[in-house]
Amino acid sequence: MSEYVLEMTDVCKAFPGVKALDHAQLKLRPGKVHALMGENGAGKSTLMKCMFGIYKMDEGQIKLDGQPVTINDPMDALHKGIAMVHQELQPIPARTVGENIFLGRYPMKKALGLIPIIDHKKMYADTAELLKKVRMNFDPKQKVGELSVSQMQSVEIAKAVSANCRVLILDEPTSSLTANEVEALFRIIADLKAEGVAIVYISHKMDEILRIGDDITIMRDGQYIGTWPASEMTTDSIITKMVGRELTNLYPPKNNVPGEVVFEVKDFTSINPRSFRNISFQLRKGEILGVGGLVGAQRTELMEGLFGIRSHSKGQIFYKGKEMHINRPKDAIDQGVAMLTEDRRGSGIMGVLSVADNISISSLNQYLDYGVSINSKKVESLVQDNVKKMNIKTPSSKTQIKSLSGGNQQKVLLGRWLANNPDVFIMDEPTRGIDVGAKYEIYCIIEEMAREGKSIIMISSEMSELIGMSDRIMVMCDGRVTGFIDGKDATQENIMALATQFE
Amino acid sequence: MEKKQETAAQKALRIVKGNPIVLLLLIAAIVVGFMKDNFFSWANFGNLMSNTAVRFLIALGVSGCLITKGTDLSAGRQVGFAAVVAGILCQRGDYTGRLWKWAPEMNIGLVFLIVLVLGLIWGLINGLIVTKLHVPPFIATLGTQTIIYGISLVISDAQPIGGFQKIYTTLINGRIGSVKGFHLPYLLFVAAVFGLLFWFIYNKTRHGKYMYAIGGNEVAAEVSGVNTTSTLIGIYATAGVMYAIAGYLLAAKSGGSSASMGQGYELEAIAGCTIGGVSTTGGIGTVPGILVGVLVFELLKIILQFLGVNPYYNYVVQGLVIVLAVSLDIRKYIAKK
Ligand SMILES: Nc1ncnc2c1ncn2[C@@H]1O[C@H](COP(=O)(O)OP(=O)(O)OP(=O)(O)O)[C@@H](O)[C@H]1O
Ligand SMILES: [Mg+2]
Repeated sequence: MSEYVLEMTDVCKAFPGVKALDHAQLKLRPGKVHALMGENGAGKSTLMKCMFGIYKMDEGQIKLDGQPVTINDPMDALHKGIAMVHQELQPIPARTVGENIFLGRYPMKKALGLIPIIDHKKMYADTAELLKKVRMNFDPKQKVGELSVSQMQSVEIAKAVSANCRVLILDEPTSSLTANEVEALFRIIADLKAEGVAIVYISHKMDEILRIGDDITIMRDGQYIGTWPASEMTTDSIITKMVGRELTNLYPPKNNVPGEVVFEVKDFTSINPRSFRNISFQLRKGEILGVGGLVGAQRTELMEGLFGIRSHSKGQIFYKGKEMHINRPKDAIDQGVAMLTEDRRGSGIMGVLSVADNISISSLNQYLDYGVSINSKKVESLVQDNVKKMNIKTPSSKTQIKSLSGGNQQKVLLGRWLANNPDVFIMDEPTRGIDVGAKYEIYCIIEEMAREGKSIIMISSEMSELIGMSDRIMVMCDGRVTGFIDGKDATQENIMALATQFE
Repeated sequence: MEKKQETAAQKALRIVKGNPIVLLLLIAAIVVGFMKDNFFSWANFGNLMSNTAVRFLIALGVSGCLITKGTDLSAGRQVGFAAVVAGILCQRGDYTGRLWKWAPEMNIGLVFLIVLVLGLIWGLINGLIVTKLHVPPFIATLGTQTIIYGISLVISDAQPIGGFQKIYTTLINGRIGSVKGFHLPYLLFVAAVFGLLFWFIYNKTRHGKYMYAIGGNEVAAEVSGVNTTSTLIGIYATAGVMYAIAGYLLAAKSGGSSASMGQGYELEAIAGCTIGGVSTTGGIGTVPGILVGVLVFELLKIILQFLGVNPYYNYVVQGLVIVLAVSLDIRKYIAKK
């Protein structure tokens, strides 16, 4: 018996214009959590997709229990006991939780002892069982489209667990979960570890890695840098190995000075009675207002309401004393508001379009010649400016955005909104899926915007980010604002106290 | 970054390479050309050109709908409607079989404008049904195509229409040059002008970018500030105008029209687009691609005709090509994933 359940060695994979993997390596021990780390575009997801049979590797070897194997496709991977939760979720929104979990392997029974039909009763009973196992309690018959992003994530995890796997790949599983749900996930991971499952855990969150990781493998530019026991590593040593240089600060010094109130929301209420209601708050010029709360606090819904993505039944929005009428995003944008949405795939990227098209779509008016014709040189320089400013890794501006790594897609979307030079910028989880180095760059951009007198609203589920960046924090619970905390006085405890006020 | 700009020729070559059907048909054309004497003749070439020209206009119209993940099944019937209206209004004043005896003989330029406006109205209706009533384009245009056909039958009395003013037919069927049978039909220039115009719109204007954005991800487009409603209405309305132009030209080209004219053209146009790389999953499609697709489909028809294939079998072969082309398109999409 080999010490490892699964070994990948000397894996190479090239895409047009990029060498995504260059002799990468990963060795998994049974019953251990193996953290895979690296910057955005380092090749983590690609390596996992090779293991799961989504991509064919150009070179390299996979050994399962010491025996060389080839993995042809995801079905094959599942048969060999490898399951994966993807970084970008791909559920079927119009079908139920149960159907999503058992897609392609529905439990069957014989009608009249002859005709094979789907055994719905068993399917939903099994689903309920699985959901209990992953400590989630929602209705197996609910449509997946009605779930929040984090609940969808749980469904995906349940789906992976249901495959009775020996190797489980979790690609940024916590990027859309809040503290409670992360705890729930960690309990599931502990259960699986006890059963001897080897877990690959990809995340940009250091505290998680140091808490649950047993081994850490670090990659840079598609290359294998090394593997270390987690106990020997610190945040700093990980970052240094990932980035290839030392990073001293996690947050930039804040020099912005909040001025007079410019943006004001009064009694804003959703048309959905269970969503946000009676929300009033003010935002100052040059202020960074953090928005904290648990999943289900309706923070995203509120912001999407303000931006015209969702409807409201009453309430007013003022900018510099003048009322704004916003019925659709275009109205908000025309009045100087921007919003980086939470669901990158659903409402962010236009997958088959190029990086250039994606980055320029909301600011096309700026690149016109004679008022009609788009000047592609101006668009190109927009792309290049952003590529430089945020270190976006893309082979060219014509590359389809869907082939960029998750973090790099996020940077392109940020660039899309920055191009508009908005007065009020709403960001819903702006650093989701972004590596430590790039995070710092983004914080700098946020701070700089505030210093220039722009106002920023930042929803974040990452406590340290909320505390590190905000001038003031608005906390929500169950659709209502439960309080404001000054940035200097904010602690994990007082935020949590407000976030759980009605529970 | 350093990647060179692709020239039109390279792009055409890439489309041919990326699409085995196009390659196959080109080979078939060469083989047939050597088997049959008249295949490589200027007359045949001119014929192919003017057939392609009209079909290309229709395909350009429907391409916007396809790129935004919609479709327009009313294209063919709209062509028929325009042909009927243009036919009736362009009849000679002294023609005995004249349908609207009470009307004065009309200037054909004025008729063109009338037909355009009517086409615009049909397109607007389609666009409004799709965006405001939220009826899926497939169903919406399935409904309107029946309505339009009905109206064409009513106003034409289900009769064939002939007796056009001479200027109408001669102008549209005009051609440049006649050296050893070599000539270029005017229709070719019409098609070229619209080809360039559409290339410009698709690549250089906000409307074009918005169209691709909607096809790529409609929710994201809306969130990015694209007015998806007006863009979609604009696309269906433009399509209506293109069908009207095609109908107007087609009636003159054939020297007569009837309500059934243009029947099935929507499918040919969709097929042409798809063969030319317009993706049925949205967001992808280029004007040169559409041109190649339509050209190849017309070429297929002429090849079959030259081979003396029973015309009824033509439908079978054409259908097979459509299915094959779309399945290959989907295959490409899956392979990339
Ligand atoms: N299908 C594809 N086509 C072309 N290039 C691709 C494709 N998938 C990934 N790449 C490229 O391969 C490189 C590695 O991407 P990968 O998604 O593995 O990064 P990652 O380490 O998971 O990053 P992140 O932390 O941002 O998720 C990137 O440069 C990306 O642009
Ligand atoms: Mg990734």
